[in-house]
Amino acid sequence: MSNNKSNTSGGFMDKLNNLTDTNLLLTITIVVFFLMYIAAMIFQGGAFLKGQSFLNILNSNSTLIILACGLSLVMITGGIDISVGGVTALISMCCAVYLDLKGGNIFVSILVALAIGLAFGAVQGFLVAYLDIQPFIITLAGMFFARGMTTIVHSEPFNVAHEAFNELKNTRIIVPGLGSVNRRGDYIDAYVEIGVIVAIIVVILMFCMFRWTKLGRSFYAVGGNQQSALMLGINVKRTRFLSHLICGLLAGIGGYVYFLHVGSGSPSHATAMEMDAIASSIIGGTMLTGGVGNIIGTFFGVLSLGTIQAIVASAGLGEAWWTGITRAAMLCLFLVIQSLIMARKKKA
Amino acid sequence: MKDNAVLEMRNIHKSFPGVRALQGVDFTLRKGEVHALMGENGAGKSTLIKVLTGVYGKDEGNIFMDGIEGPVAIHSPQDAQKVGISTVYQEITLCPNLSVAENMFIGRTSGVGQNWKKMNKDTEKILRSLDIPATATQQLGTCSIAIQQMIAIARAVDMDCKVLILDEPTSSLDEQEVEKLFKLMRDLRSKGVGIVFVTHFLDQVYEICDRITVMRDGQLVGEYVIKDLPRVKLVSKMLGKEMDDMSDIKSEAKTYERKAGEVPVLEAENRVSDAGIKPFNFHIDKGEVNGFTGLLGSGRSECVRALFGADRITGGTIKMKGKSVKITKPLDAMKNGIAYLPEDRKGDGIVGDLSVRDNIILAQQVLKGFMKPFSKAEANKIADEYIKLLSIKTASADTPIKSLSGGNQQKCILARWLFTHPEYLILDEPTRGIDVGTKVDIQKLVLKLASEGMSVTFISSELDEMLRTCSRLVVMRDRKMVGELSGDDLNQSKVMSTIAGGDE
Repeated sequence: MSNNKSNTSGGFMDKLNNLTDTNLLLTITIVVFFLMYIAAMIFQGGAFLKGQSFLNILNSNSTLIILACGLSLVMITGGIDISVGGVTALISMCCAVYLDLKGGNIFVSILVALAIGLAFGAVQGFLVAYLDIQPFIITLAGMFFARGMTTIVHSEPFNVAHEAFNELKNTRIIVPGLGSVNRRGDYIDAYVEIGVIVAIIVVILMFCMFRWTKLGRSFYAVGGNQQSALMLGINVKRTRFLSHLICGLLAGIGGYVYFLHVGSGSPSHATAMEMDAIASSIIGGTMLTGGVGNIIGTFFGVLSLGTIQAIVASAGLGEAWWTGITRAAMLCLFLVIQSLIMARKKKA
Repeated sequence: MKDNAVLEMRNIHKSFPGVRALQGVDFTLRKGEVHALMGENGAGKSTLIKVLTGVYGKDEGNIFMDGIEGPVAIHSPQDAQKVGISTVYQEITLCPNLSVAENMFIGRTSGVGQNWKKMNKDTEKILRSLDIPATATQQLGTCSIAIQQMIAIARAVDMDCKVLILDEPTSSLDEQEVEKLFKLMRDLRSKGVGIVFVTHFLDQVYEICDRITVMRDGQLVGEYVIKDLPRVKLVSKMLGKEMDDMSDIKSEAKTYERKAGEVPVLEAENRVSDAGIKPFNFHIDKGEVNGFTGLLGSGRSECVRALFGADRITGGTIKMKGKSVKITKPLDAMKNGIAYLPEDRKGDGIVGDLSVRDNIILAQQVLKGFMKPFSKAEANKIADEYIKLLSIKTASADTPIKSLSGGNQQKCILARWLFTHPEYLILDEPTRGIDVGTKVDIQKLVLKLASEGMSVTFISSELDEMLRTCSRLVVMRDRKMVGELSGDDLNQSKVMSTIAGGDE
């Protein structure tokens, strides 16, 4: 009996050993997310059984999904970008001012958002890749700059009163099959916001880029070992530049999605969102040391963080610090599991 | 170009500030041969390779390749690859987080997309044809170092290289892994690839190479067919000592004879560390000066580091004056009265920004404990005493040590260890890179310390110095202890033939 058991665990370890680091961490993330969600369904019941609850996690985290994709990209390449939260705030403020006070056009506001994101990505990427400055320092400066600029553009929080924009903001996309029946017996459709669609498209595009383009594999190579990547004939500087540029572009998209979700401008918007994005990436199996990570993992990382928030809220622990502490515990748990399994694998 | 030559380097010159690293070196590689490039530290072989691979530019000279009109211009590793020169370095230059197949093909296919199916299929084919036991989809990091090395070679071969440079590929491999690598090298040789093989292992040179080029002090010593150059001759050419020149240097150290009932100061049995040396036995008596000799990379430093606990110890025992002690880290050794002056003065020795005084009291301070600092007056007294004793040339005891000359820095480090009043002092290359006067000072000091009863191990790349100071020499070859010489055996020819071993 005991023999049997050790045999099966041996087989399990064999399978573990055949996975690449990236796939191993991805598997852990997905398993933990489902365990957590199922536990929430069992112990909290009610709300978690409805499809809309799950979709609401997506609705309120679509920005984070997009930003975390960008963060995963730079982290896989071996860098970091902590300016994305600030850039998001700057974009909402600029777009809000443009639409509300100047009565602008929605299409142009989208271009403004993308331009701001790309500008940050290009400047930071240039400094990191071509002048070889520490990405942490550069993007820290970028964060300060973005926050400062936000206040300069407009110092007070305000809501956007722009008809076409509000129409877009309130657009709901019905998800068939996930609706529920309320007490009176009416069927209520489940919905997602436009941002969720954008986020899912971003996840799919990023996944394909990482998996099936040479550029995508170069990001892994550079993150794995810069010197080796250079000797293997990869243009390391350009690759690092592109990682920051794409991250900036995603910050632009994420910033606009955020703006679309909140419909207002404020200097305190998206505070510490870059930290949530980093946390999501790490929970999703991206390693800060570079070279290891997966966009699908990042997606589930964001969902895990969102689920924790939902559980804490539905348990009636409204205070913000409960979420913080639970997330901290979860982050630690993930890192410990990751390092234990990686260590075990190295030994085997 | 000579018959059959695939690569010719003619009259290569290269200078760095203050050093003439290459002075008119010629090198010829023929099709389908394994050609060893040999030389001691500073001989210029790594500079030559870096010129060939485009890491350094050359000041003068030409490089010719078979099938290319006129001299070729090589300005970067990419240029070198384009003309068919591939290099596999000692440190693996592949990405451990990617799969084997990706490492084979990344950075050298055209197009935007990544065709996994074709890539994996092609890789399997190459791996099979070269008989490399790995699968295409495996993550590279899970392969052993030898396999990674072979995959790097496979990548180079698949890029149609005519010249393959292997820069110390075997230094981290065990015997079976070396065998696998050699098999691959023989296969490539029979396919007509010219291989440049850089290694410190004499046995390996004689096992696989067809020709040897020896360099010394930035100059070409000569090119030889392997069977015309017995080991002893090779060693003498590398060291620059003629075998017939028997002007023996008389050892100034007295041959030590153990008195009845006395036990050795230190006795090691089957000592071994993770630095890749074979287990060794060693002992040293009170007041004795001994030395470790051998070519660069033969494991001299690794042995004394194992005695001091500077590398991770994996086995063996140490007795101090007959009593068994446990030494697994440097502090253990220091507490047992062992002092070690490391080979790498800049990296392991000096703390550049601290003053001469602070550098001198550092080791004793560690032993005493940081809670009991030396008073300023005490420290000054000690520093002045040692500055005078070793005649260290410094403006004052407050001068930062990094502004001193190399020789004087070395004396400060020596003072640091003398101040701990060790019973056993290990000096690893104390005379490297310092002026002749200081070299003599240090040798005299070693003899004086020994006459006062200290046991000293003295390591130097210069055979004359060793012969002059040591009364017993331990000879190392290929990371093994291969002999011990004392008394009448202490002469150049005997030492060199022991270092060479093999076909004697």
